[in-house]
Amino acid sequence: MSIWEYANPKKFMQTSSWALPFVTVGAVGCLAVGLFWGFFLTPEATNFGSTVKVIYVHVPSAMMAINIWVMMLVTSLIWLIRRHHVSALAAKAAAPIGMVMTLIALITGAIWGQPMWGTWWEWDPRLTSFLILFLFYLGYMALWEAIDNPDTAADLTGVLCLVGSVFALLSRYAVNFWNQGLHQGATLSLDKQENISDVYWFPLLLCIAGFVLLFVTLLLLRTRTEIRARRLKALEQRERMA
Amino acid sequence: MMPELGKYTVTVMGSYIATIALLAVLVALTLWKGARVKRALDAQEERMKKNG
Repeated sequence: MSIWEYANPKKFMQTSSWALPFVTVGAVGCLAVGLFWGFFLTPEATNFGSTVKVIYVHVPSAMMAINIWVMMLVTSLIWLIRRHHVSALAAKAAAPIGMVMTLIALITGAIWGQPMWGTWWEWDPRLTSFLILFLFYLGYMALWEAIDNPDTAADLTGVLCLVGSVFALLSRYAVNFWNQGLHQGATLSLDKQENISDVYWFPLLLCIAGFVLLFVTLLLLRTRTEIRARRLKALEQRERMA
Repeated sequence: MMPELGKYTVTVMGSYIATIALLAVLVALTLWKGARVKRALDAQEERMKKNG
């Protein structure tokens, strides 16, 4: 069995139909428990007071904003190299989810920044690169809509995705590249000394798992819709030509 | 039941409400578009089957 089997739309529809109930239950369960635990059961932090509870929505959404673009990069490369339609449609389906995740990260960051930094917005390296990433998501989605031929649209958006990857990586490492700006370093670290305390860490892990599973659920649903929309367009064309 | 959020009530509640609202809109639009396209595809296939 090969992973390329799933490039067949029929096989993808069968497998995703089987997997969807499991990932949906996993997403709802992890999000419900993680957010409840983080919001109701975690204590105030010494430096941040009760605003520490914002990390349960801000950190997972920011992680997803970057990682969804990376997923789009991989599927776009598969399209550009191997011409599998499902991979191009998966990239198209992922973009609105990534855009919403970036918007959540920007909004929750601004709401948190006001009392902590004394400002809603600063042209800080990480904040600025995240704003550019958001604009790239919008541009990517607009480009798909602007081109009628789906193969040409997939080619051009694939190239845009390659260019935008620079900003996705910059969003992740901006704090390390420029040791300046308001945004602090990574919240999570494999180094026990640098990582956040266990009392915040475990509910955060659940929330991250919930956001990842929610993304997978929405991605499967949206890719199925894109496959159906493509078949519908093909049938309508066939009917017109008959 | 509600945790004591002190002077940061608006900050914390605002962040959660904004997140949940945006995710709810995304889920609703995903389901709505999915149902609309499926209905249209079923109707098209049915029509083509009838017309041979």
